[in-house]
Amino acid sequence: MHTFLGIDFNTWWFLVFGAVISGYAILDGFDLGAGALHLFLKKEQSRRIAINAIGPIWDGNEVWLVIGGGALFAGFPVAYAAIFSAFYIPFMVFLIGLIWRGVAIEFRSKEPMLWWRKTWDIVYCVASIIISLSLGLMLGNVVGGLPLNKDHEFTGDWLFFFNPLSVFVAITTLALFMMHGAIFLTMKTENRLYVKMHLLANNFTIFFVVSFVITTLYTLLYVPHLSDFFKARPGYFVIPLLMILCIANIPRQIKRGKYRYAFLSSAVTIALLLVMVALEVFPYLLYSPQNPAASITVYNGASSQKTVKILLIIALIGTPLVATYTSFVFWTFKGKVRLDEMSY
Amino acid sequence: MDVEILARIQFAFTIGFHYIYPPLSIGLGLILVIMEGLFLKTGNRIYEQAVRFWIRIFALIFGIGVATGIIMEFEFGTNWATYSKYVGDIFGSALAAEGIFAFALESGFLGILIFGWKRVSPRVHFFSTIMVFFGSLFSAVWIVVANSWQQTPAGYHIVGEGIDARAEITDFWAMVFNPSSVDRLLHVWIAAILAGAFLVLSVNAWYILHKKHLEIARPSFKIALTVAVLFSLLQLYTGHRSADGVSHNQPAKLAALEGHYDSSSRADMYLVGYVDNKHEKTMGIKIPGGLSFLIHGDFNAPVPGLKAFPPDERPSQVNSVFQFYHLMIIVGMTMIGLSLLGTWFWWKKTLFDKRWLMWIFAFSVLLPQIGNQAGWFAAEMGRQPWVVYGMLKTSDALSKMVTANQIIFSLILFTLVYIVLFALFLFLLNRKIHHGPVDYGTAEHIEEGTKRDNPILEHDPDGIYIRKKV
Ligand code: HDD
Ligand code: HEM
Ligand code: HEM
Repeated sequence: MHTFLGIDFNTWWFLVFGAVISGYAILDGFDLGAGALHLFLKKEQSRRIAINAIGPIWDGNEVWLVIGGGALFAGFPVAYAAIFSAFYIPFMVFLIGLIWRGVAIEFRSKEPMLWWRKTWDIVYCVASIIISLSLGLMLGNVVGGLPLNKDHEFTGDWLFFFNPLSVFVAITTLALFMMHGAIFLTMKTENRLYVKMHLLANNFTIFFVVSFVITTLYTLLYVPHLSDFFKARPGYFVIPLLMILCIANIPRQIKRGKYRYAFLSSAVTIALLLVMVALEVFPYLLYSPQNPAASITVYNGASSQKTVKILLIIALIGTPLVATYTSFVFWTFKGKVRLDEMSY
Repeated sequence: MDVEILARIQFAFTIGFHYIYPPLSIGLGLILVIMEGLFLKTGNRIYEQAVRFWIRIFALIFGIGVATGIIMEFEFGTNWATYSKYVGDIFGSALAAEGIFAFALESGFLGILIFGWKRVSPRVHFFSTIMVFFGSLFSAVWIVVANSWQQTPAGYHIVGEGIDARAEITDFWAMVFNPSSVDRLLHVWIAAILAGAFLVLSVNAWYILHKKHLEIARPSFKIALTVAVLFSLLQLYTGHRSADGVSHNQPAKLAALEGHYDSSSRADMYLVGYVDNKHEKTMGIKIPGGLSFLIHGDFNAPVPGLKAFPPDERPSQVNSVFQFYHLMIIVGMTMIGLSLLGTWFWWKKTLFDKRWLMWIFAFSVLLPQIGNQAGWFAAEMGRQPWVVYGMLKTSDALSKMVTANQIIFSLILFTLVYIVLFALFLFLLNRKIHHGPVDYGTAEHIEEGTKRDNPILEHDPDGIYIRKKV
């Protein structure tokens, strides 16, 4: 097995995959969250500003999902095959949600009638909520583990997905995105809309903290194997500690009006949450509690060493490129939303 | 129905639907680059208005292209799990490269293209337009490479046996430049550019017929006509290259494309015809020995026919393959004829007076769409029964645990969603076209509206004011 800096290639690719997923959660997280809270905004003008705040960037954010899917397919094809055929139904729901959300953003502005716009507002909001919930549900199931047979095929039925842990994770994900989205919109708005977003950001932070605490307690009590990692290595407790500090920092920065720092804190919160998930599951990509031998790991689920190496090279070339033009685009659209004749 | 047929129908349906949009984006991308380039060079506002108009249409098309494309990426995992495991090593790197190099470029700069007019300089905007065009060209690269690899595999070896067998990369560049990828990529690119060019032709022909926006419609028509002539002629050449490649790499497919059964005899080329698969006969109008001539330069050279292959290693739907292939060629010839005719009248300076010709152009947008779909159906159905040519059969490529009911459920869901989506797309496209490339109101007006928190009059991007309750 080849290594680099003492870490084998498969683990490196796991790290890259994790980074892409975190990138996706941080980036698409805020526009999904902005969508999920869309109906809290009542005026047409406010809704327009909210849509235009994410308008130029949401599609670029969603590309991280595409890259993540490619990264999983390429590096861990066995896990890709098992995960998506297992999550058939929730995943189809998720995809249909993505379709409608994308077209709602696109279609909404194309006609002036109020009924037209209100319809697409509802589609946009409901689809964003469904997407966030189903993402969380799938994450919860991956973390909690699925019953697999020896060919790594899922043997349960779709009702299995609604186990308590996954439902809690789903709600926490939605709350997290709504908080993240509200903070993002606070950065982007002015005047009365700004005041409203400020209030919403506070409320969603509370919503998130409550659901996060419930999920954590449930995990500690009923899914003890997930905390094994931290029990065995107490040093790593700094990570959850750091995360709590980050969460606490959010309302503080909001109060001070430093919404950029608040946004940064919630982004870091998301990243740390996923780091914890990664530490808990590694080296498993898909764990099978009933039949641990059938689990898919970063070793038995991976592509050949040569492919993993090629992938790492692609990532090494691609990442700086993507980072450059993503920051260029974000920089171009920094500051408060201004509507002009090309706006949605 | 069994899982295999359902999964194939689902794949064909969803990719066919996806493939309405990307070619339009690629082709429109080129037209946008040309128009905006002309605007920067000449400073003529006509071009600017045309660009702004087509960017709005581009955004609409792009949105649906993205929404339907994401489905495609995950469908390999949901329905074709065994296939995914088998080809993951090879296929996955192409898909990952596509995400990083193409989609990120395209989607990133699209934001500037649509929303950035006021925020960046004209040059930077032009640069973004070029980047979006490149991004869409690159999106075609990796996916066509992946598809070409499964048509003509190269640069790999097989490890494992039976259900655990899978292909592993031995040579990345041999995988990328497998025997068919370059020919097919050029063919697909050009087909996409034609899709964009004919859309622009048809919309502008419609304006000319209705005497609307003439000062914009005429120059736009000429730009698109130039593109159409050049690329439809080029397409004949790349198509020939593809056919030549197929004759070497996939002889059973070639035999099916032309409905050729008998290996010992010369091979005919049909203009139109019908294949009777039961009696292994083909009837129609033909150039005797035409296929032999194209491949060997000799009208009497034998070409391997379908009978040379065991029945379970040749495509079962020979007639469909034959028809799709010939449809594509007829469409190609029609486009060449039409665009040459247009150029002739342009040269004669009577182009815009020929109302009958404008009517034909107004409907010509369908031609490249038909050609694109027919081409893929011929290429993909001609590949059957193999999913990876000569290595993995389609029937072995399925997801084991997925049931027919799950596929039916998702197929119905997709069908409903896509019907609604398509109807909305046509509705909005139609509205945009009727609205036309006119000025979209001034920015100051809207700024004012934004500052007040509760405006009475609201400005809409389409230049219409709507009254709102306070
Ligand atoms: C890189 C992969 C790839 C790419 C770029 C395409 N396809 Fe494909 N296609 C497949 C990979 C594939 C496949 C996964 O390998 C399928 C599924 C079942 C099969 O036999 O091959 C397939 C089947 C398949 C079928 C069904 C054939 C049959 O069952 O007889 C049709 C009609 C198409 N495709 C059409 C298209 C179109 C219109 C495409 C253009 C965008 C396209 N494909 C691109
Ligand atoms: C099975 C095959 C295919 C898969 C898995 C696939 C996947 C995708 C995905 C995930 C997207 C959305 C990317 C984003 O978020 O920006 C997309 C869009 C796109 N795809 Fe496909 N695609 C397939 C076939 C093709 C083919 C054959 C072409 C071109 C020849 C193509 C060209 C494009 C383009 C240009 C876009 C940008 C959106 C648009 O322009 O409409 N795709 N595709
Ligand atoms: C005019 C003469 C043409 C010839 C001789 C020709 C030939 C071919 C051949 C032999 C294939 C199969 C390649 C393979 O399976 O590897 C093919 C595929 C295809 N053709 Fe054409 N073609 C022509 C025109 C067109 C036109 C006008 C369009 C669309 C506007 C088009 C679109 C396609 C597409 C999308 C494919 C599938 C992709 C591929 O396999 O390359 N073709 N063509």
